[in-house]
Amino acid sequence: MGAGHAHKLYRHGHSPVHELPPHCKLAAAFAFVVVVVSTPREAVWAFGLYAVLIAAVAAAARIPAGFLLRRLLIEVPFVAFAVLMPFVAQGERVEVLGMSLSVSGLWGAWNVLAKGTLGVAASVLLASTTELRALLLGLQRLKLPPLLVQIATFMIRYGDVITDELRRMSIARRSRGFEAGGIRHWGVLAKTAGALFIRSYERGERVHLAMVSRGYAGSMPVIDEVVATRAQWAYAAVLPAAALAVCLMGWTL
Amino acid sequence: MTPSPSSTAPASLDVSGLAYAYPDGHQALFGVDLTVGQGERVALLGPNGAGKTTLVLHLNGILGGGVGTVTVAGLPVEKRNFAEIRRRVGIVFQDPDDQLFMPTVREDVAFGPAAAGMRGAELETRVHEALEQVGMAGFADRPPHHLSFGQRRRVAVATVLAMRPEILVLDEPSSNLDPASRRELADILRSLDVTVLMVTHDLPYALELCPRSVILSEGVIAADGRTQDLLCDEELMRAHRLELPFGFDPRSVSVA
Repeated sequence: MGAGHAHKLYRHGHSPVHELPPHCKLAAAFAFVVVVVSTPREAVWAFGLYAVLIAAVAAAARIPAGFLLRRLLIEVPFVAFAVLMPFVAQGERVEVLGMSLSVSGLWGAWNVLAKGTLGVAASVLLASTTELRALLLGLQRLKLPPLLVQIATFMIRYGDVITDELRRMSIARRSRGFEAGGIRHWGVLAKTAGALFIRSYERGERVHLAMVSRGYAGSMPVIDEVVATRAQWAYAAVLPAAALAVCLMGWTL
Repeated sequence: MTPSPSSTAPASLDVSGLAYAYPDGHQALFGVDLTVGQGERVALLGPNGAGKTTLVLHLNGILGGGVGTVTVAGLPVEKRNFAEIRRRVGIVFQDPDDQLFMPTVREDVAFGPAAAGMRGAELETRVHEALEQVGMAGFADRPPHHLSFGQRRRVAVATVLAMRPEILVLDEPSSNLDPASRRELADILRSLDVTVLMVTHDLPYALELCPRSVILSEGVIAADGRTQDLLCDEELMRAHRLELPFGFDPRSVSVA
């Protein structure tokens, strides 16, 4: 409890990007990532252009560069392994600052780093201009399996409830003189996890009961119809279309 | 204050000869007969394990398959009527975190009517009305977990009011509420023009809100009468493990 009123990733605003229907933005971001990934890694300049495109979208969405860059840090653990590639890969080697690095490893690292960063940047932009709830409506509209969307919806609703339950259990443990530390206490923590699972399961049953009592018959009723006009689709398509042009140039030049 | 059940309209709720045993063999209800007239507010009292929840879950067909019948405003609770029955019987469960399962208050209140096929502006109006009735219209776009417990309970009431129910069934409406929220909820319930069946252990609350009470004990209706009369009958109260809070004298209260 007590988290902000919107999700932490979301940045409130009224830019043209914020205003786009969520499914258009989802489709655009996804298409952009696909295009970026299919660009040859040797076309270094293409990735520079992609970065410019992302920056343009960020500017249109009035997302400050600092905000975007800070959010990008999330990829650090994932690309850490890319840094290792030049050291461990086989093949032709070059000397850089006195270290012997593999050429194919360097290309591999660049490939992961550039494509990863652009992909994460696109996702960060999507997340900071679209509310979580709207994203789910968009996914629903894009005909993702309804069960998956429902599960995700319940995760937003019950994440805090379950965290709170966990916190109360932890307070109860500590009130009885238990401090978690060391391997000897893992048994207790495992039992807590088990108890939490059972509680959540039972809550699930009660929630289902409440849903059935209000006429739930297997599918979520459509409450907010998200519709996009042709113009909105066209507007959203600008990013992937421009990226596609860059990609094609990358292959032909 | 209590509109007497009119002879023309069918009773909001009519339970007759209802008996039920759980699949594990535990019998919870042994022939329950209960009629609640239109516009009445009735408290369902009884000790823990008396079968109150089991009875409530029969009212909208979640449980069934035993002996006896339940009809809601003339419509029998049967599988083919479930959609309409669940619209007519609005159950407010005890824990609002179970009742409120959608990401925002507005979507939660819209859930019932939308499940019945309502869309667009009509749905918006319905949601707004229901929230207005419980004084929560300003909270439509909030996620339920950011509301206070009392506010959540009120929204839970709105979620069933949005379905324009024939009868509102409240499971322990006053539990976990602070005195102010408890009073606010009472004011709201009094202002509604709907039949109410209220399951509660809070006897002063029953006295305050419900002119009539029934006591469910060991799976049968053990008593049915004016709330004040029942609460003043010490022998009856003791026999069914019902106790008034310390210092509370039901005789000292004047009820309408």
